[in-house]
Amino acid sequence: MIAVKNLTRQFGHLTAVDAVSFDIHPGDVVGFLGPNGAGKSTTMKMLTGFLTPTSGSIVIDEHTIGDESLAIKSKIGYLPEGAPAYGDMTVFQFLDFIASARKLKGAYKKERLKAVIGDLSLESVLNRHIDNLSKGFKRRVGLAQALVHDPKILILDEPTDGLDPNQKHQVRNLIKALAKDKIVIISTHILEEVTAVCNRVMVIAKGKIRFNGTPKAFQQQSRYYQAVTLSLSYAADISGLAELDGVAEMEIDKATGNVTLFPEPGHLILNAVAEHIQLRRLPVDELHVETGRLDDVFRQITCDEDGEGEAA
Amino acid sequence: MSVWVIGKREFASFFSTPVAYVFVAVFLVLSGILTFFFGDFYERGQADLLPFFNVNPWLYLFLVPAIAMRSWAEERKTGTVELLMTLPVSLGQVVLAKFLAAWSVLGLTLMLTFPLWLTAAYLGNPDHGIIVAAYIGSWLMGGAFLAIGMCMSALTKNQVVAFILAILVSFLFVVSGTAMVLDAFEPWANSLIIDTIASLSFLTHFSAMAKGVLALNDVVFFILVIATGLYASLVIIEQKKAE
Repeated sequence: MIAVKNLTRQFGHLTAVDAVSFDIHPGDVVGFLGPNGAGKSTTMKMLTGFLTPTSGSIVIDEHTIGDESLAIKSKIGYLPEGAPAYGDMTVFQFLDFIASARKLKGAYKKERLKAVIGDLSLESVLNRHIDNLSKGFKRRVGLAQALVHDPKILILDEPTDGLDPNQKHQVRNLIKALAKDKIVIISTHILEEVTAVCNRVMVIAKGKIRFNGTPKAFQQQSRYYQAVTLSLSYAADISGLAELDGVAEMEIDKATGNVTLFPEPGHLILNAVAEHIQLRRLPVDELHVETGRLDDVFRQITCDEDGEGEAA
Repeated sequence: MSVWVIGKREFASFFSTPVAYVFVAVFLVLSGILTFFFGDFYERGQADLLPFFNVNPWLYLFLVPAIAMRSWAEERKTGTVELLMTLPVSLGQVVLAKFLAAWSVLGLTLMLTFPLWLTAAYLGNPDHGIIVAAYIGSWLMGGAFLAIGMCMSALTKNQVVAFILAILVSFLFVVSGTAMVLDAFEPWANSLIIDTIASLSFLTHFSAMAKGVLALNDVVFFILVIATGLYASLVIIEQKKAE
């Protein structure tokens, strides 16, 4: 497990990470969200032992970073931002180098190399120079090197950036399959990714944790959570919808004519709405329950109260 | 073990790019030209390699920074430094591995100057012990240039800047013992300062080595320069890796 207490990192006068504390347990797949420059990468870099914290402590499986960094580093698999790799090496040479540097030997090394090459479908590019690979392949090579020693803790900085939808799907499934007995921390800008693979969401903005909970709790922050949207084929009297029990508010999108009914907190309104539609024979073409608009929640959490907005 | 794994990769990377080939070729061509045309190899009428060893510091001054410049600058520019430093390997091991890899390229280059040696042996009867000792001395001095170059490479992400800084700093070490430099200090500095400056001179320490004399103080001097350069790189990288 990972225990982080009052972790702070300053660059000159800039406080990138500001007294952050959290615990992560095996089986947790944590999604780090936050605007660019919010401190996600800096936090990850400190967890991997690459950056030294200005103050605060990180304890990983009873090892403290700083005193026992080497012991910690051997437990962690890390994909740095942008998936850097030695471009003048071939994919196989590179993975073999990382495996050797991680002290894998003999038959076990071969087995692990074969496993990660298979998991990330790298067979076709093994003898190509990394410099000549497409962005998607480079990312997968980066993932392969992070996985080669079968680490207990996996820290991935934007693992699906630059992948096409099929590859994203593949990587997400891989992460889910890995997650059973490991700790996985991923950072991403793709909000759907968090609900797709993570069982925990942490939002960081301006160096502070603004949200730490389940993806469901994250969705529930949205006013659209469990809201019902319907579209009508022609204008009809819908004023009755707003009067229904549990409906807090009704909004009509002027451009599309879609009607959205927002529930009072804790209420489910689908049944009442459906009944009303049947009773009044409203000309409803389409009706669906919203799961919560993640980008709204994201903006709401990361923007400052003073309306200054997120930093670029 | 880790030093071996990383050093091997570094060594191979010199040869997977044109860097090593260009370095070796230019070094061999220039050392040949300088030895035969400017060193009066034949005219001296002596079967030794002194003309070759005398030009070594000047060759190193421009060529060693070329193999040292990418060592850290490129790692930081491409971000691979992050990869390297999250491996279960200490920074000291990485610094050492990088140095040993580049130093091996230098050693290999020196070995490839063997035709000069064969020429001397063909024309006369050189003292082979002296030549071996001078080669070792030259390699040591090359290591000192290399450590300085790598330290400069740690300072910047830009290889050209690293190259120029390395030449500049190395040049100071090369010329610090010459009369020209010492005369500039003569009027105002006390003898302690002048002696210190003079004692830092690569030329002074190498002059005996070129003649095949491996005096302890010269050997220790170059080892100290190497150690200091590497330690400084380590401190600089530790400071700058985050940028």
